[in-house]
Amino acid sequence: MKSVLPVLTIVGAIFAIWYGAAVWLNAPWAHDVAARADRVLSLPELVADTWAQDKPKLPAPHQVAVELWDTVVGKSITSKRSLVYHAWITLSASLLGFVMGTVLGFALALGIVYNRVMDMSVMPWVIASQTIPILAIAPMIIVVLNAVGLSGLLPKAMISMYLSFFPIVVGMVKGLRSPDGMQLDQMRTWNGSRMQEFFKLRLPSSMPYLFTSMKIAMAASLVGAIVGELPTGAVAGLGARLLAGSYYGQTIQIWSALIMAAALAAAAVALIGLMQRVVLKRMGLS
Amino acid sequence: MQNKSLASSEAVISARNLGLVFPTADGSVEALKDVSLDINKGDFVSFIGPSGCGKTTFLRVMADLETPTSGEITVNGVSPEEARRARAYGYVFQAAGLYPWRTIGGNIRLPLEIMGYSRAEQAERVSRVLDLVELSGFEKKFPWQLSGGMQQRASIARALAFDADILLMDEPFGALDEIVRDHLNEQLLELWKRTEKTIAFVTHSIPEAVYLSTKIVVMSPRPGRITDVIESPLPRDRPLDIRDTPEFLEVAHRVREGLRAGHAYD
Repeated sequence: MKSVLPVLTIVGAIFAIWYGAAVWLNAPWAHDVAARADRVLSLPELVADTWAQDKPKLPAPHQVAVELWDTVVGKSITSKRSLVYHAWITLSASLLGFVMGTVLGFALALGIVYNRVMDMSVMPWVIASQTIPILAIAPMIIVVLNAVGLSGLLPKAMISMYLSFFPIVVGMVKGLRSPDGMQLDQMRTWNGSRMQEFFKLRLPSSMPYLFTSMKIAMAASLVGAIVGELPTGAVAGLGARLLAGSYYGQTIQIWSALIMAAALAAAAVALIGLMQRVVLKRMGLS
Repeated sequence: MQNKSLASSEAVISARNLGLVFPTADGSVEALKDVSLDINKGDFVSFIGPSGCGKTTFLRVMADLETPTSGEITVNGVSPEEARRARAYGYVFQAAGLYPWRTIGGNIRLPLEIMGYSRAEQAERVSRVLDLVELSGFEKKFPWQLSGGMQQRASIARALAFDADILLMDEPFGALDEIVRDHLNEQLLELWKRTEKTIAFVTHSIPEAVYLSTKIVVMSPRPGRITDVIESPLPRDRPLDIRDTPEFLEVAHRVREGLRAGHAYD
């Protein structure tokens, strides 16, 4: 309860800045329109106008809220005008990509921890893969996969995977290596096999690292799916809403898609956080 | 040492001219040099000496956690590696090293699971060794719910849970306070009498070494070597106040002399 007041204060400050910025950024257009009609706007008129334009430079929060309400609640979720429909398209691709990225990341981490050749060779490539701008590589993935007959969900999921495997590799290598020398020696004194060492020591030790990595991977995965929707010509998904919005100057649509994306990421990360709490609690680690 | 000829058939651990050289960035370090020793069945042998004297290294060689670069060593008549594969010893480390995600019972069960004991036998053994270290009733507790001394007792129970006749202990009570340590020493002696294990025990503490051991091995550093082996004249039955008897003080004095002689070099 104590934390409510500070949180509300910050939220209040953000809204104040947002409304202020909306006045400032949208005022030139309001003045132009008024000048053409040979009118001079009073301050209350100016403020009212800047908060209610059709295509504002920066839409006011309540405009975004109304748009969100209309497109989330006001439309059937099968409609192409429903934001839920678009959000699901993006979310499904990023969830699939996240699962693929987690599996790939885990497999690479296993290789790096257990295989000396992979330990020496794989990590630089993993890091190099992340230095290439995803915006540059996304269209190529889409085009190449399209040429072999793959389109829709999978190419976008591949881009999500490309972004999300990285934090999993880094986190799991660290996690699987987290048992100290004494714990490994101990396993040796019992003549434990490599499998036993893995399942009884390394894997449980790595759990806290896994969940932290998964949170980062989930957020990256959503970004990947959105980026993957941009080069396809904006058919469907949150990325498509962003792109279409920018084509037609529909800033309100862009902002509502952004907020939807943020809400999705927050919800997915919170879900992983919940899993983390439950699992670590049951393991006696938290 | 002159006991080369004494190699008895009773020797559980037998080392001959053992040497171990660690290569390091600035030259090699002789962790062990010309170490010969016999540990007989049922002995309680303490290794004492300053840091770097090789006492822990020697224990790790017995456990096949380090490989000697020269000399010979047998454990139960075979090489340390074969002995380790046969699970001939239990090893107690300086830290309890309990897995935080397992209960006390689960931690003691861990080596039993690894060694493939049946579930019924696991349960039976866990309750037996918990009883042995006076931790009955703590089976379902997690390690963080126990004090440091209790955790170390649980780790001893874990080393006792499978049928190894040898117990190797590397400063198991080093991190505990004097009062807890006294209590655990008493318990350890009791346990040794009841189980008739052969124990090799590394320590920094002279009273601890003298109180516990039938044989005290004094070591000194650079290179790590044995400077004295003292057969304790004390009886096997040792109440805590034996530490005030002249015999006890005499042995302690000899240990201290041995340690001082080892330091004369530097």
